[in-house]
Amino acid sequence: MLLSVRDLRSAFFLDEGELWAVDGISFDVEAGETVGLVGESGCGKTIVALSILDLIPHPGRVVSGRVLFEGRDLLRLPPEEMRKVRGAGIGIIFQEAAAALNPVYRIGNQIADVIRLHRGLARRDAWSEAVKVLAAMGIPEPEKRARSYPFELSGGMKQRAMIAIAMAGRPKLLIADEPTTALDLTVQAEISDLLRQIQDEYRMAILIISHDLELVADMADRTMVMYTGRLVETADTKELVGEPMHPYTQGLIGAIPVLGAGSETPLQGIPGAVPDLLDLPSGCTFHPRCRLADDECKLEPPPLEDAAHRHQCACYKVRVQT
Amino acid sequence: MLKYIIKRLLLSVPLVLGIVTATFFIARLAPGDPMDMYLEPQRQRQVDPEVIELMRKRYGLDQPIHVQYVTWIKNVARGDFGESFRHRRPVRDIVAEAVPYTLQLTILALLLDALFGISLGIISAVKQYTKLDKTLTVGSLIVYAIPGFWLALMLIMLFSVNLGWFPTSQTRSMNYEDLTMIGKFLDRLWHLALPVFVLGIAGAAGTARYMRNRLLEVLNEEYIVAARARGFRERTVIVKHALRNALIPIVTIYGMSLPFLLGGATIIETIFAWPGMGRLTVAAVGGRDYPIIMATTTIAALLTVLGNLLADVTYAAVDPRVSYDAPRKR
Repeated sequence: MLLSVRDLRSAFFLDEGELWAVDGISFDVEAGETVGLVGESGCGKTIVALSILDLIPHPGRVVSGRVLFEGRDLLRLPPEEMRKVRGAGIGIIFQEAAAALNPVYRIGNQIADVIRLHRGLARRDAWSEAVKVLAAMGIPEPEKRARSYPFELSGGMKQRAMIAIAMAGRPKLLIADEPTTALDLTVQAEISDLLRQIQDEYRMAILIISHDLELVADMADRTMVMYTGRLVETADTKELVGEPMHPYTQGLIGAIPVLGAGSETPLQGIPGAVPDLLDLPSGCTFHPRCRLADDECKLEPPPLEDAAHRHQCACYKVRVQT
Repeated sequence: MLKYIIKRLLLSVPLVLGIVTATFFIARLAPGDPMDMYLEPQRQRQVDPEVIELMRKRYGLDQPIHVQYVTWIKNVARGDFGESFRHRRPVRDIVAEAVPYTLQLTILALLLDALFGISLGIISAVKQYTKLDKTLTVGSLIVYAIPGFWLALMLIMLFSVNLGWFPTSQTRSMNYEDLTMIGKFLDRLWHLALPVFVLGIAGAAGTARYMRNRLLEVLNEEYIVAARARGFRERTVIVKHALRNALIPIVTIYGMSLPFLLGGATIIETIFAWPGMGRLTVAAVGGRDYPIIMATTTIAALLTVLGNLLADVTYAAVDPRVSYDAPRKR
């Protein structure tokens, strides 16, 4: 197993109280596979990614749990060892390439720095290697683009440049946090194609995080659904989309517009809104929005349990049904 | 870039002219007469009214104000700032004597400002929320809030009057001429210590506060998290990725301190009897010494314009996103 996250809990310690953005999450990512993590904005998806790299900003931190990467617990690794994992073991790309690229350094230098750090190449060799990485990311005129500053590139090009930086350390796991959300539809398709293509070439695993179930369903072998800091359902993507068990997953799928469905089938939303993480409902945090909820759901949060083959679900009502 | 600089310089001509014109008329329309100093009864000196009239004529003060203005502009265009009423010497010579004294003071003060301001600001930001940060933040706020003249007087009280460690004022000791080369140098530094400290420490407090806020802002940027996620050392993240971005506006601030460099510090120079541009200006205003008032104002106006231009030009040099040339081809 490449990555095993066990009972991960991360919180922000605010003046208003403790905010548990990740509240007891466990999952595995095998080498070379693509795992999706889906959920609405503010459910803690990004904090899962930052917890794995132990990079949660102040006043937050990982409180407990284990993040086993190639058998070693990253949360107990000495800082020097952890630095080697960041970049060389696990790469990450963010939603806003414009914000994640340093505005005052040339693209080529930002890539070459990573190559020098993790692959020990000399300055000049690292630069020509950086140009090669840019070319591999489908960037036209890579020599010229390497000399560009981030502000001189278009949105799609910036995204490719950021992926190039992440790939420069040849990671075994790429965490893609909303990799296409900030882009035009056509560019979105290009970037997801690029991710698939580099996964084939470099044989790495991808943890793709998005609010966009369609994107995740399109890319991921397995998909996990997250709600208020917890996983509510995990299954092979095909099964999750075809036979969703959790009422929340069913709601997410119902909310996807279907082309050609016609106006007689109105788009189904999930009633209500994502609760405030500082003021969560009791029991199953989804119960105020759930059509199946009864008094049982208000008492204790349901555990994530096997509901079918390779299919886990955290819902009392589903367990009763099966 | 050159085109931009020329354009900016041409645009600043009317600005400088406007400042100078306003100063000319305000100074002359203000109450008081440069000849008053010859008539003050406490000077116990009777000067013949006819002599006063002659002097008025000699300095052109008998002319209507607009005629005086035109004459002054004509002379300045030839590089002639006239003669000081009080010192009866060319203004150019007097300014040339004052400038080196001011430069000694202001350059050292700016160095102190930058050295302590930037480094303490960085330490404070990197150690955010620690006791050290809190102490530095509160300390810099207090220093920032202390009026310079009060601090100067308190330091003179403590270090000069009570402890006798530093001289109260002046630029050199009485026995200066008898000292060796090294002795002279040390004597100068000894006299510079207090005024430089007062000027520099207030600037450093402001710079430290600004530097801290800027660096904290930058440290919250996503590209800092991204840099950490690439496995760079924290030191590299701070120095290479954060500082370069945080220092950009600081450079601009120092570019704009050009008027201070040559204009000097009016209050501190006066308190320490430092014969620089600041004290010269204050004395000239008090004595209605119009030619000197006009000369120092003109210099200050020019330097302010040049300082702003310098700040903008350095901005383009340190920030690749800023360019004054035609848009680059993408």
